[in-house]
Amino acid sequence: MRTFLLALLCAVFLLPCAYGKDIHKEKSLYRNILVKESNGLRCLVFTVKRGDRNQTCMDLSDPKRLVFPYVRMSFGGLLLNDNPSSILIVGLGGGSIPVTLTAMFPAAEITIVEIDPAVLRVAERFFDFKETQNMKVELVDARVFAKRAGLKGKTYDFIILDAFTGDYIPEHLMTAEFLSETQALLTDDGVLVANTFSTSKLYDHESVTYQQVFGDYLNFKMANTGNRVIIASQQPLPSKFYLRSKAKQFAAMLDNYGVDIMTYPNRMSRKKDWDASSKPLTDQFNPANLLQGGS
Amino acid sequence: MNQNDDSRESSNELLSEPQGHPRFYQMLVLTLAFTSGFIIMSIELLGGRILAPYFGSSIYVWGSIITIFMMSLAIGYLTGGRLSTNQPNLQRYGFFYAGAAITLLPTIIFGEQIMDFVFLRIEDPRYGSLVASTFLFFIPTSILGMIAPYSVRLLVANAYESGRIAGSLYFVSTLGSALGTLATSFYLVLWFEVNQILYTMVAVLITCALAAILFHGAINDPVKKEIR
Repeated sequence: MRTFLLALLCAVFLLPCAYGKDIHKEKSLYRNILVKESNGLRCLVFTVKRGDRNQTCMDLSDPKRLVFPYVRMSFGGLLLNDNPSSILIVGLGGGSIPVTLTAMFPAAEITIVEIDPAVLRVAERFFDFKETQNMKVELVDARVFAKRAGLKGKTYDFIILDAFTGDYIPEHLMTAEFLSETQALLTDDGVLVANTFSTSKLYDHESVTYQQVFGDYLNFKMANTGNRVIIASQQPLPSKFYLRSKAKQFAAMLDNYGVDIMTYPNRMSRKKDWDASSKPLTDQFNPANLLQGGS
Repeated sequence: MNQNDDSRESSNELLSEPQGHPRFYQMLVLTLAFTSGFIIMSIELLGGRILAPYFGSSIYVWGSIITIFMMSLAIGYLTGGRLSTNQPNLQRYGFFYAGAAITLLPTIIFGEQIMDFVFLRIEDPRYGSLVASTFLFFIPTSILGMIAPYSVRLLVANAYESGRIAGSLYFVSTLGSALGTLATSFYLVLWFEVNQILYTMVAVLITCALAAILFHGAINDPVKKEIR
């Protein structure tokens, strides 16, 4: 029912908001997908309810460059684990994160979990995404994947959660139970990076939920983005000095992708700037979409 | 014998407008039917929440839930209709509510174990969610489905008004379903935990059962007199 309403909203709002040249439109089971080009950028757009929601953009003249701040911010997790060997990414989008990671760490095994087959097709056709020997996509709900992977005893030393499209949140991927199941997939030196929200009431609830499961984490925000990236580690959090030294190590390499990693350590905060009395989100209580609406 | 009664009823009373059942009795049955409609849809919506941690929240999970609810309601209607031919009264009506309440408890208490069991045996989340929905919801929803045709029998005193009464009952129970859907998805999930809502449903069903059973003793159950 919710899916239907979402589809209806998209249908109503998609057309007038799109600008530039639409090069592909597709209605998938989960969302309306639009690929458009303007100003030399090719963008994947999922829903356009309040303004434009670009999921991923590719700079056609410099395809390696990571266009979006939050995509670049995901690489901040490398400061806590500088050589990941098994990587799990939840949410494919245009595939820019996995493509960059596999270029940086060719030996790493990368598993991408994506629920929507249409997103994979679009990423392959328009965003130069290709599965490789070391980089595979599993078309499955992330919650189902996490439970099965746990049963099979799979582990990863770098996990990126990027399943939220801005307008609609899969609520079962934002609960303490899901985070615990994901934490169980981390190796002892594993790091989890989650692209989340920095606005609305949801910020408090989400922050408390991550705190409950992972303990203290780095709260990473940049100016001019509505995104907040949570970086949680199985190990004690490193000092700012350590983060800076690691940033230096990656500076040259990440510069190729437009990631200004040297500015990141100062933006990674330990301050708990949320309302700690907010109720954690659980499988029992999780009105994430309602909370996000009432900002 | 009942059949003879019924046919006599219709031939004698079809032309004149006869007296129906007492007003209070009618209101009681309509209120209970409204409540069962409300609770059916509330549980159905919560079903999505309950299954999501194991099977996701994709369209096929909703497909499983709706399929199982429709199947169990269909079987409930059939069974409830059959049961209504055997000395229908408020007390028996109350037992449906009690039965639904009791069979809803394992869903709340053992839900996770049941879904673990299914999850470990069925890889495909489509069939997993279908089987899990069956275990979790089939029995309580079937029992709730029995209430609708039974309500018709309790309220219909003669053939003349049978269509009107069936219409009123569909109206209140479907109105209940609409409000149950709205209340649950807009507000209840924002204010309460899933299990708190389900336990409240159990409490409400028990209250309905007690109301039906107590009033069966207190008021002169009209259907009791009617059938001899």
